[in-house]
Amino acid sequence: MIEPPTSSERPPQVQESTNAVILEHQHFQQLLDVLRKKGYQLVGPTIRNSAIVYDELTSVADLPIGWTDEQEASTYRLKKRQDKAFFGYNVGPQSWKQFLFPPRIRLFAAKKNGKGWEIETDPSNTPAVRYAFIGVRSCELKAIETQDRVFNNGEHLDPIYKVRRDGIFIVAVNCTQAGGTCFCASMGTGPKIRGAFDLALTEITDEAVSYFVVEIGSECGAEVISEVPHRRAEKHHTDAADRIVENAAQHMGRTMDINGLRELLLSHIETPHWDDVARRCLTCTNCTLVCPTCFCSTIEDVTDLNGERAERWRRWDSCFTVDYARVAGGNFRLSPKARYRHWLTHKLAWWVEQYGTSGCVGCGRCITWCPVGIDITTEVKAIRNSHAKNQG
Amino acid sequence: MQPENLAEVLRNHPFLSSLPEQHLQTLLSCASNVMFHEGQYLFHEGEEATKFYLIRTGKVALEVHARERGPIRIQTVGPNEVLGWSWLISPYRWHFDAFAVEDVRAFALDGTCLRTKCEVDHDFGYEMLSRFAQVLEQRLVATRLQLLDVYGSSYAGVRA
Amino acid sequence: MNEELAVSSRRLVDPLLPHPVPIRRVVWETDDTFTLLLEPGGANGADFSFAPGQFNMLYAFGVGESAISISSDPYKPNIIAHTIHRVGAVTSALSRLKRGNFVGLRGPFGTSWPIDKAKGRDICIIAGGIGLAPLRPALYALFHRRKEYGRIMLLYGARSPLDLLYRVELEQWGKHYDVDVVVTVDRADSSWKGHIGVVTGLFNYVKLDAPATTAMVCGPEIMMYYAVEELLQRGVFEENIYLSMERNMKCAVGFCGHCQFGPKFICKDGPVFALPQVRFFLDKKEI
Repeated sequence: MIEPPTSSERPPQVQESTNAVILEHQHFQQLLDVLRKKGYQLVGPTIRNSAIVYDELTSVADLPIGWTDEQEASTYRLKKRQDKAFFGYNVGPQSWKQFLFPPRIRLFAAKKNGKGWEIETDPSNTPAVRYAFIGVRSCELKAIETQDRVFNNGEHLDPIYKVRRDGIFIVAVNCTQAGGTCFCASMGTGPKIRGAFDLALTEITDEAVSYFVVEIGSECGAEVISEVPHRRAEKHHTDAADRIVENAAQHMGRTMDINGLRELLLSHIETPHWDDVARRCLTCTNCTLVCPTCFCSTIEDVTDLNGERAERWRRWDSCFTVDYARVAGGNFRLSPKARYRHWLTHKLAWWVEQYGTSGCVGCGRCITWCPVGIDITTEVKAIRNSHAKNQG
Repeated sequence: MQPENLAEVLRNHPFLSSLPEQHLQTLLSCASNVMFHEGQYLFHEGEEATKFYLIRTGKVALEVHARERGPIRIQTVGPNEVLGWSWLISPYRWHFDAFAVEDVRAFALDGTCLRTKCEVDHDFGYEMLSRFAQVLEQRLVATRLQLLDVYGSSYAGVRA
Repeated sequence: MNEELAVSSRRLVDPLLPHPVPIRRVVWETDDTFTLLLEPGGANGADFSFAPGQFNMLYAFGVGESAISISSDPYKPNIIAHTIHRVGAVTSALSRLKRGNFVGLRGPFGTSWPIDKAKGRDICIIAGGIGLAPLRPALYALFHRRKEYGRIMLLYGARSPLDLLYRVELEQWGKHYDVDVVVTVDRADSSWKGHIGVVTGLFNYVKLDAPATTAMVCGPEIMMYYAVEELLQRGVFEENIYLSMERNMKCAVGFCGHCQFGPKFICKDGPVFALPQVRFFLDKKEI
């Protein structure tokens, strides 16, 4: 299992140019072939229904080559690029959590037997596959690390998450442009890939010859790349890669001031601004569905028609649903205002207390996919401003 | 009970704590020691409220006679507590029946007499009103909690 | 922060899979509340033990699970009791089970009452309604070493005399274990000779040695809120006040997110909390 880093330590940076190689675009298919030969199931970006989603990849041709995305609050469009970049977009509505934390999964089946009943442990929970994630952004890598801490919370370890997380191969991708709703730079989660990965690619397409600068992050990664045609990266290659990523960092679509954020939110639990958001929020749960760190789930117990066999299923849930906080005597969080407040405060403040990091990785999906364009960075700014008004 | 002892015990009743001495004397002049046996009614709903009681020992239950449902008890008043504010507030009639659940020893204070003294001495009147206002507030908060029926299956019949 | 457990709690099996255990007895406490007595060791004699204040997830085959506090003696864990208010689909399904039927068990989960920490002190227990159920194991644990504690007071409020739980035991505790038991109801008819009024009103009838008192409170949240106010007003220190909180439980292991109360997961950071851990949120609406 790739262990979650503690808050004070991070895996050593593998950044020297001696550990970087050049991979030509024409050889990318071979990278996929090597991974497939080693038994990995490839999942990565592909276009479907006018969006870039994550699905099984059969070949390079499945990638969104030459496409980019334009994102703003409640806006997402695909647009053709001038070049043939493989990864020239930012993030789509899906994240990698759908593979590690499946949207629907059976926890167990049970059947009646004589006077009682017994559990059939579910072999289908152990997937036969190991995933290779192709095209993991820095924010997404941080999101995976964040969910590592959720599903291994110090007291319990989710076996469903663990069996999928162990042994995955990560081909990470440095963002060469920032999206309209991106703010990973503010959150300290990107755009440069840092953390535990196997290979990290920076795609250079602004020169006469296009190529990938590949940073090797693990022995597994070294082994894989050794079987694919490549050559040593020179300093000017890695410099070009660094420059382009730094350029992305400077052009983020949004910013979030995280200074004293927890104290700010704690002291504004009853600020009138929440009523303002509540007027706009539809509690549609889109934000929690697209968010790469949201982890809430619910349990459904079902039987067959004659009541002989029962199953328990786990499926994604959202704190925005009206029944989320329902108990026998009532509902602890009924109003949309309370539900929105919980989501934001949990994401930016409670999460730190629970897991040692922020829950937000600055990917901007919640802004893009909110049908009414509620922007988490704007809401925080508004609360800060109301705070400043009350102070001054 | 000797007059000096009456004063001492009255002085120590929590309802009268920190009452200035001159007001205590006013009260004393209208106070008497009373006793009710288990099963007796201290007063009935609708009767003129001429007294209030500082309970020393025992227990009094306030009853509402809910017609087809019979008597329902909604509050008990026990040692160190005060029973009855209707003497102070027009139309000076009791709203409940008061039933001695156990033998009760109490101080009875002549409300009619004290009302006159409140009119004459507004300082004394203020002391009485502010103390009773506190009792009323406590009872109102408690009554509201009882109304919420928090131990029931749904909160006051409101399902979320 | 986990309270030191007076009795060590060992998990039964995998905390994510319910283990079928037989019902040994069903007792109806009131017309809508019943107690299931389970034998968690069952046929294979597996180990089960718990600390007072912990809860189990009980599974009614095919219907669902409910988080139910364990309400029996932690020193006698071979048979465990769960007092359940029949109020929804799962609890209704559990209420139809009979002796010999099987219930799915996951647990025990959660933090426990500070039985060890409170040694040498006076104990004031305030219970509202079914809140007495998770406090009963605490009482048993205190009785187990009665001499190691000072005064024990139990203030218990219920809806009406018919809704009182464990009536026989309430009397016995007063007689045999040197406990001041004071009971009140919200309303009664003329056959009730006891107190009537909110449970916080009972403080008028007990004299607390506040600095020496540890308080344990369980009941509807609004009742706990007022009880805490009353305790603080009478000089009990906030770090000596403990509450058992309730929220929507599904997984009981901190993964599903439902039971959050502010940053606290009731299933693993609670349900028992020392007041300083939750005080900030107690008066905030819809946290």
